[in-house]
Amino acid sequence: MATLREIQQKIGAVRKTRQITKAMNMVAAAKLRGAQMRMEGFEPYATKFAEVLGNLAARIEPDIHPLLVKRESVTRVELLHFTGDRGLCGSFNANLINQAEKWIKNEEGRGAVCKLTTVGKKGGDYFAKRNYEVIDRHVNLYGKVDISFANKMTAGFIDRYSAGEADEVYLMYSRFVSMSRQVPTLTKLIPIEPPRLEEGEQDVGGAAEYLCEPDPEALLIELLPKHISVQIYNAFLQNETSEHAARMAAMDNASKNCNELIDSLTLVYNKARQAAITAELMDIVGGAEALKG
Amino acid sequence: MGKLHLELVTPEKVMISQDVDIVVAPGSIGEFGVLEGHVPFLSGIVPGELRYSSAGQTEHFVVTTGFAEISDNKVSILVDAAEKAAEIDVERAREARERAEKRLAARGAEDIDFARAEAALKRAMVRIRVAEKKM
Repeated sequence: MATLREIQQKIGAVRKTRQITKAMNMVAAAKLRGAQMRMEGFEPYATKFAEVLGNLAARIEPDIHPLLVKRESVTRVELLHFTGDRGLCGSFNANLINQAEKWIKNEEGRGAVCKLTTVGKKGGDYFAKRNYEVIDRHVNLYGKVDISFANKMTAGFIDRYSAGEADEVYLMYSRFVSMSRQVPTLTKLIPIEPPRLEEGEQDVGGAAEYLCEPDPEALLIELLPKHISVQIYNAFLQNETSEHAARMAAMDNASKNCNELIDSLTLVYNKARQAAITAELMDIVGGAEALKG
Repeated sequence: MGKLHLELVTPEKVMISQDVDIVVAPGSIGEFGVLEGHVPFLSGIVPGELRYSSAGQTEHFVVTTGFAEISDNKVSILVDAAEKAAEIDVERAREARERAEKRLAARGAEDIDFARAEAALKRAMVRIRVAEKKM
């Protein structure tokens, strides 16, 4: 059995750990608020954009633009993969990495070569260490990215797609569903599948006949790359929010565990203290008895 | 009091959402004005000046690339970035212009991102133009 002093030291250590996890929880909560606000600020833009693009695409031949055309044989695929820059957020990064690995195995099983672009330190380190082909690694970007960065990334993907270096481009990030649920999500970036008008939103007949300037085709061509940027930017925001939410939950759990640990250690400590006192008393009583005798 | 509703939306936030009398925006094939009762209309937006009047008051904004949608007396303008003319930091814009010009002059030396530098230059020039006009 541990001595009293040892138990006390252990309790002290757990207390300190709890202080750290509590602090991290609060920091994550504050950052989450910022990220969530950015995410919500982007929503009107994304919604309107999808509406207009869907409207335009519905009126146009699907093979007007190379970005819309599906290639028949897909031998080279690219994945834009998002993870967090830091750990201590539960299974957040592991989930994203596992999903991606499974997906890559599957693609390779079909005979496709897979190349990666990673955002976030965790995923970047993981894939670089394991001999995956990583084209580009981005770290420490969350919270600093604006749409022009997404535009730049998009330009890179489109260049490689047009040059025939990639036949399909995918995007994987963690979608923020709620505070307690973040889902790794895979979407196809290129070729573009234009957003469908949702049922009941506006039937085709009701879709306003727009006057377009320049013509609808030119406009669509301008909007398609933007559509990719919008998705990438959205992934940045969602992934950041998800990471903070995951960290908050993980740190909350850790703090709770610390509390439990402290409780049970305190119990052990009290018992040991009691036992020591009893033993001492017994000694004294025994000694007194002996003297009397 | 106008019955035209203007919305200026950037990826960060909704910059303007209010009723106005007239909107003038830099379309990809020239500036266009919108009044109440405009036909449904879609246009690209190029970097330039966006202005609108409401109750005799005219406001100026600088916008970058994007597009505009007009339907049902609603003008939605979606751009990468927008800035109120009165809030433009002319000094900073000048510096940006100088930087961009220097970079363009040094092209060939390294593989600089030509298109990006040019876009930066254009942006800076539009900002300076609009800001100075305002004063």
